[in-house]
Amino acid sequence: MAENDVKVLGSWPSPYVLRVRIALHLKSVNYEHIEENLLESKSELLLKSNPVFKKVPVLIHGDKLICESLIIVQYIDEVWLFAPSILPSDAYERANSRFLAAYVDDKLSPALRGALAAESEDAKKATIAQLEEGLVLLEEKFRKLSKGEAFFGGDNIGYLDIAIDSLLVWIQVVEKFSEKKLLNEAKTPCLLEWAYRFSSHAAVKDVLARG
Amino acid sequence: MDEVKLFGFWPSPFSRRVIWALKLKGVNYEYIEEDIPYNKSDLLLQYNPVHKKIPVLVHGGKPIAESLVILEYIDEVWPHNPLLPKDAYERSVARFWAKFIDEKTRTLWEFFQKSGEEQEKAIKNNFEILRTIEEYGLGDKKFFGGDRIGVADLVFGMVIHMLVPLEEVVGVKFIKADTFPRLHAWMKNFSEQPTIKDNVPDHSKVVDFLKTIDFWIGP
Repeated sequence: MAENDVKVLGSWPSPYVLRVRIALHLKSVNYEHIEENLLESKSELLLKSNPVFKKVPVLIHGDKLICESLIIVQYIDEVWLFAPSILPSDAYERANSRFLAAYVDDKLSPALRGALAAESEDAKKATIAQLEEGLVLLEEKFRKLSKGEAFFGGDNIGYLDIAIDSLLVWIQVVEKFSEKKLLNEAKTPCLLEWAYRFSSHAAVKDVLARG
Repeated sequence: MDEVKLFGFWPSPFSRRVIWALKLKGVNYEYIEEDIPYNKSDLLLQYNPVHKKIPVLVHGGKPIAESLVILEYIDEVWPHNPLLPKDAYERSVARFWAKFIDEKTRTLWEFFQKSGEEQEKAIKNNFEILRTIEEYGLGDKKFFGGDRIGVADLVFGMVIHMLVPLEEVVGVKFIKADTFPRLHAWMKNFSEQPTIKDNVPDHSKVVDFLKTIDFWIGP
């Protein structure tokens, strides 16, 4: 294996794997995607590459193994230093992006999964209310952080755009099951448009096309 | 120079790690003790409307919340005595362990809150967590950061000022020379570091606090 070979151990359509692949596409880094079939038993490679969590995605860069999607995205930004930058250049803006990405992963994604798993109507209503509140927060943040540009990262997609995108996959599922539009014209018009722009971005389309 | 404020709560491991980071870098700051959980100040709620929690670092009037985010911010703004390595791969490893330890140490509390069979399960779980941290995280290094203290050390630091008092209240001991020799050595090395030693809450004060709390101090 060449010293600089890049491989992604992933599984379609894990939203966390998508984050890593979008980041690599943004930087025009060539990589091999190794599909892990999570419905069957985990491969030797996965168990060896991520012994702690045994999960995808794993980035294999030469002989280095990097785990956890957002940590991998930061690694990609720090190794392939040329444009476009994924994280903002200002320390405070970086902190903001990290904070909101953590909010998405620690609060909103579990709430989304909770909405799907909810056993009672009351529990479902409660998680959906929590989600709606979270999306309104992201709407507000978008207006502030995008500064009138197309993405949270400005005129190009950045760390926060990539992090939030994983929410979209789940949102679509919850919307189907709950027959409720979580992203809507009334409360989250900017996010709605952002979602469309994001999935139309070349880097994202590339990944989705490659499958 | 922009002024630095830290909103914290004296027994909280989450604000403690930020205190350590600021002290290690010699950053002057004003500390605001919050009356958690029933009497949070208006300022705190204003600075952290999303989570309404400590710690919050305010730098030149701009608030940053979430301890791991704060630690990275501190390391970037005051780069001397670095908490993260320069190499991108080493950084990713440090971040991985900081995050892993942060998540898992939250469940380390459970043995304190539970009883009976559930407590036994929680105790067993703690041994598993510590085993993983010792074998894969620390390995044969002196600190998680290598020869010097790094972010993962500051996060694991909760064992010296919180786990030890929890153990005393419950009557069980996890990290001993024979159970976890490397973590045991780490505890000695970490707690003897002058900046850490001078900035640890009083053990008996924490024990008393744990015996009286009626709320969950964790996240």
